[in-house]
Amino acid sequence: MQDDTLIGAGFSDPVFQSQAAFRALLAALSEPGLVQDVATGFAAPAGLEPATAIALLTLADYETPIWLPADLRAGPAGAWLRFHCGATLVEGPAEAAFAVLNGTSTAPALSAFSPGTDQFPDRSTSVLVQCASLAGGEAVTLTGPGIAGRREIAPKGLRPGFWTEVAANAARYPLGIDLILSHGQAIIGLPRSTQILEAR
Amino acid sequence: MTLHQIIPGEDTKPAYNYAYLDEQTKRMIRRALLKAVAVPGYQVPFGSREMPLARGWGTGGIQITAAIIGPDDVLKVIDQGADDTTNAVSIRRFFERTADAKTSEATDEATIIQTRHRIPEAPLKAGQIMVYQVPQPEPLRKLEPRETETRKMHAWAEYGLMQVKLYENIARFGEVTTTYDYPVDVNGRYVMAPSPIPKFDNPKMHMSPSLQLFGAGREKRIYAVPPYTSVRSLDFEDHPFRIQSWNEPCGLCGATDSYLDEVITDDRGGRMFVCSDSHHCETRRADGHRGAMLADASALHLVDDKQAKDKVSKS
Repeated sequence: MQDDTLIGAGFSDPVFQSQAAFRALLAALSEPGLVQDVATGFAAPAGLEPATAIALLTLADYETPIWLPADLRAGPAGAWLRFHCGATLVEGPAEAAFAVLNGTSTAPALSAFSPGTDQFPDRSTSVLVQCASLAGGEAVTLTGPGIAGRREIAPKGLRPGFWTEVAANAARYPLGIDLILSHGQAIIGLPRSTQILEAR
Repeated sequence: MTLHQIIPGEDTKPAYNYAYLDEQTKRMIRRALLKAVAVPGYQVPFGSREMPLARGWGTGGIQITAAIIGPDDVLKVIDQGADDTTNAVSIRRFFERTADAKTSEATDEATIIQTRHRIPEAPLKAGQIMVYQVPQPEPLRKLEPRETETRKMHAWAEYGLMQVKLYENIARFGEVTTTYDYPVDVNGRYVMAPSPIPKFDNPKMHMSPSLQLFGAGREKRIYAVPPYTSVRSLDFEDHPFRIQSWNEPCGLCGATDSYLDEVITDDRGGRMFVCSDSHHCETRRADGHRGAMLADASALHLVDDKQAKDKVSKS
């Protein structure tokens, strides 16, 4: 029972750990498809990949509502984010600035998150998608800003039809959500500007 | 408490946070940067802070640099291409003091290059980050003063007004007379102000391997161009975009392919053209390139001419 109530540690050195993690996030979103290491040796709460936890600790605070799947929200992950980030955990996906989605879960649809408005496309949700692995899955070819030519990625553990949803998201550009695929200590950025060429 | 929060020689009270800004402000700027990168060319509003420098002196660029810089970074700061002008020196010193930053004047050593009004002549590399100081982030502002209207124009990609302005330029003067802050189309969607760089530098932004971040402190906007992103200078099929060219090479290093500043040398009409990128010019001179006026400038102790000195010491 104690495990549920005990909140784990956050950053031991907030200034430099968050700086290093941010640079990995910036590199991930500016060069979509490249795997970036966020950090090593970080104990995340149950249900969150270490990279997901670090990304939220780096970016989220009382200004950014977070959406979590119901089981995570009720568990230690929710308590951990409330305590360390001071963030509100919201029930509606469209209200969130950040969201965590397990790759295999069938709901909510990516279109349920906020795509921003035409005058303020920056007011959209950034969704962290937790995968089983960032390699070894279905191969997908990407193109767009940040990619010289084409780039192939093959993350594993994503729900069927996921890439169709990502392609539909990219088609709404400049509106749309920004995705960060995470597993272990590593992330892959998939901003809305990235086009999905083919999924096979 | 960590060591970086203590100024040596002071008592143990923390003076200010690493890189001056508090962590809450850095998070806000970092979130804006990630959205800016995801929508290239779109201006993200951000809560610009008071800095220990007047607005208009590069506070937007400073806040971006403060939000991204870390202990592994090497910072280069240029103002009009030069590393040794007031703005560049004081910003470099600001980060040496607040972030204990490693600084360099060499373009290829730097990981972060903060710039006012130039892009270095040496080609940029993957992994480098350009940080531009921007006075006016809105390319349409001179055509439409209301922010509520320009925001709609960007939202609906209504850029006809900008084309009309360029057309009227051509109709009246025979060419587009804009020579700096020349508007560009980013990723085929947003029209963006490239900051007051000469149009000579516009082609360097297209498909650049480096990440380009733009900060406007007074106007409270951040925008970005990721690496390998299309940046097209606006033009017409029958009036294609052209960059500046000069009739003579750099007076100091003889370069014919760099952006030149005209320098008045006396009150009898004497003048010379020199590279605006001081590090590029120095590197070329060190490699043995000599311009027509290098000997004269060296005699007046305006520049260091190593070859001339070597000759003197030998004789």
